[in-house]
Amino acid sequence: MQENLHRFFRAARGAGVHVSPAESIDAMRAVASIGLSDRTVLRDSLLLTLAKSEDEKKALGACFDLFFAHVDPAQPEAKDDEAPQDAASSEAQTAQPSDQPVQDEANAELGPLAQMLLAQNTADISAAIANASSAVGLSEIRYFTQRGLFSSRMLETMGIQRLRDDLDALNDRNPAQAERLQAALDGLRDTVRDAVAQALALYGREETENLRHEILRNAQLSRIEPRQVAEMRALIRQIARRLRERYSKPRKRQRRGHLDVRRTLRRNAAWGSVPFLTAWKRRHRDRPKIVALCDVSGSVARVSDFFLLLIHSLHDVVSDVRSFAFSGHLIEVSEILEQKSAEEAMAEIMHKVGFGSSDYGSSLVDFEKQFMAAVTPQTTVIVLGDARSNKLDPRADILKAIAERAKRVVWLNPEGRMTWGWGDSEMPRYQTFCNVVRPCATAQQLERAVSDIVSAYQ
Amino acid sequence: MAASPAPSSAIAAIAAVEAGLAAQGYIASRQIATAVYLSQAIDKPILVEGPAGVGKTELAKAIAAWRGLKMIRLQCYEGLDEAKALYEWKYAKQLLYTQILKDKLGEVLGGAQTLHAALSQLHDFGDVFFSKEFVEPRPLLQALLEPEGCVLLIDEIDKSDAEFESLLLEILSDFQVTIPELGSIAAASPPTVILTSNSERNLGDALKRRCLHLHIGFPEQRLEERIVESRVPGISQTLRRQLVAFIHDIRSLDLKKQPSVSETIDWARVLVLLQAAELGHDLVKDTLNVLLKYESDIEVALPQVTTFVAKAQRQNIFG
Repeated sequence: MQENLHRFFRAARGAGVHVSPAESIDAMRAVASIGLSDRTVLRDSLLLTLAKSEDEKKALGACFDLFFAHVDPAQPEAKDDEAPQDAASSEAQTAQPSDQPVQDEANAELGPLAQMLLAQNTADISAAIANASSAVGLSEIRYFTQRGLFSSRMLETMGIQRLRDDLDALNDRNPAQAERLQAALDGLRDTVRDAVAQALALYGREETENLRHEILRNAQLSRIEPRQVAEMRALIRQIARRLRERYSKPRKRQRRGHLDVRRTLRRNAAWGSVPFLTAWKRRHRDRPKIVALCDVSGSVARVSDFFLLLIHSLHDVVSDVRSFAFSGHLIEVSEILEQKSAEEAMAEIMHKVGFGSSDYGSSLVDFEKQFMAAVTPQTTVIVLGDARSNKLDPRADILKAIAERAKRVVWLNPEGRMTWGWGDSEMPRYQTFCNVVRPCATAQQLERAVSDIVSAYQ
Repeated sequence: MAASPAPSSAIAAIAAVEAGLAAQGYIASRQIATAVYLSQAIDKPILVEGPAGVGKTELAKAIAAWRGLKMIRLQCYEGLDEAKALYEWKYAKQLLYTQILKDKLGEVLGGAQTLHAALSQLHDFGDVFFSKEFVEPRPLLQALLEPEGCVLLIDEIDKSDAEFESLLLEILSDFQVTIPELGSIAAASPPTVILTSNSERNLGDALKRRCLHLHIGFPEQRLEERIVESRVPGISQTLRRQLVAFIHDIRSLDLKKQPSVSETIDWARVLVLLQAAELGHDLVKDTLNVLLKYESDIEVALPQVTTFVAKAQRQNIFG
């Protein structure tokens, strides 16, 4: 039982449920107290002790069904009772049709696997597969590329070499039986392959997914294939959720243990300043204020989607965000981002200002004319864009004015450092007025950049 | 692993939990009963999550009533800290005592010749002002001090700050608290702890790890009928069926706030008060505000009322 439960824990981890040692001990204790007789109760108890959210419950429930579809929890005892009967009955079955004692004698020369296959004893075969899978450590399987390796290893453990020899020998002596054996062998191959596929589904899911996410996180945002866009969006949303969890806590915190002497004395003046009522010091923190300028022109069209998505999530994390989008001119998009879902908001913004050729100069002029008041000494200004202004006047002087008013100016550029200053890129000129300049081409870099910005206020 | 009762008796015990809670008017699903049984068997708190009004708080009350234990409730809110949840020094009392005892101080220290002698005499009195007499136990400490054990309900834990969670960890895993001046105070008998959460924010892993995690969703139709039956005894079977079927249809709509079990019960009470024998179109329209709490939700639901009522009536014929 313990062995099975341990394997189940590993399968659960594969399904993305975090099973810590402490939780597995709890589960063991729970199972010990409720027993294995009732399947639904067992399922409920494992869900109660291992899964810690609704999503995890769903994943674990599916995992339970898959895992115990083959392995009956009470298998060890049950099998011992049944196996001999099964063998006996199947012997009886095979004995009848084959009716020649000569052939049985011939079979005796064959290896155990060949005998098993010819006898068509399913109980023994599945037991042999189970043994082989634990012998080769099938639960260690992680990636789908390992399927072939594990299948062939399992077949080897089961004695396929001997079987091939037998097959060769039989081909000469008894072609009919050789054919039967060949068919049975093909069947066995399929069964083993299925067993490996199931094991991969159980144990390998998380690793495969992690690997895929890892690759995606480090992929260039501008070079993502269309079919990956949906996944990438999910990833960005995950990043946004993480940021929100980390930084959206209330920023008001009492400084416990520091007496505010002045307020205490004033409050207790009525009792001759005997301090019946105490007042404690509080610490105030800067509230994050962010002004985000996002380039949505044609040259960064493939990346601006993700930028907007991230700004959308910033609105959830930080209460005071004003966001602007520009290509040829600049408009404020705070309301759109705040009130609509990410998809709707992105579509509307792209419709309003998107896909034009960028003109950083006139966009900055727009900003200076209408929104300069939004920049205060507590503000962090984030500019997301490639600084390619189509050879038009970059108006770096406006950025300078902004930098003088703001707490910080952060420029996130989707292009690598190599290309800054090449062609129509005005990055070197803008760079002098920015506190932080970062290339921001992958999801991971994007996350780090935003995390740094928000944590500066913590 | 500790010696365990025979599994079959565990199944019986789960059934007993179900029956016991039912006797208190709480119709528990098998999953809930299993959780309650397990929390006792392996001494773990239960963390109950689910939408508002599905009976998370009721569960704690029902357990307390069933076992005949006292229930201590700690309502969480933003800014809740240890002084309000765990214990507090009776500061005013301490101060009052020092003021009164000021005069005695001269007598006590009268014999001392030097400052040093006076100090050592003072030390002999020990920390009288930080003794148990001056501790004001708040709900968490109260629960531990209860000699017969109790049901401790920590309600809406997701409303409290993340710091408060860490404060709970010691109580949840070891059933004890540490007061620096007094040392650790362990529970006389471990309380049954129920935490509830509306998933307003994600709880920390450390907290979740120490609990059994129970998710209560909206009940199935049968179960909800049984719940209504037990809570609103005067209701006829026909009306009960129609009402529950109607609510299940309403839940399939895209609403801001889905009607939950508590609303079902309220509505059933209203209908009984109005002496309705059957669900009717006008009746539903007039009382829909009991079920739906937002104007926009009522607007969404109103056009569907006729269809749903007809469907519920049909269901009654075949079901």
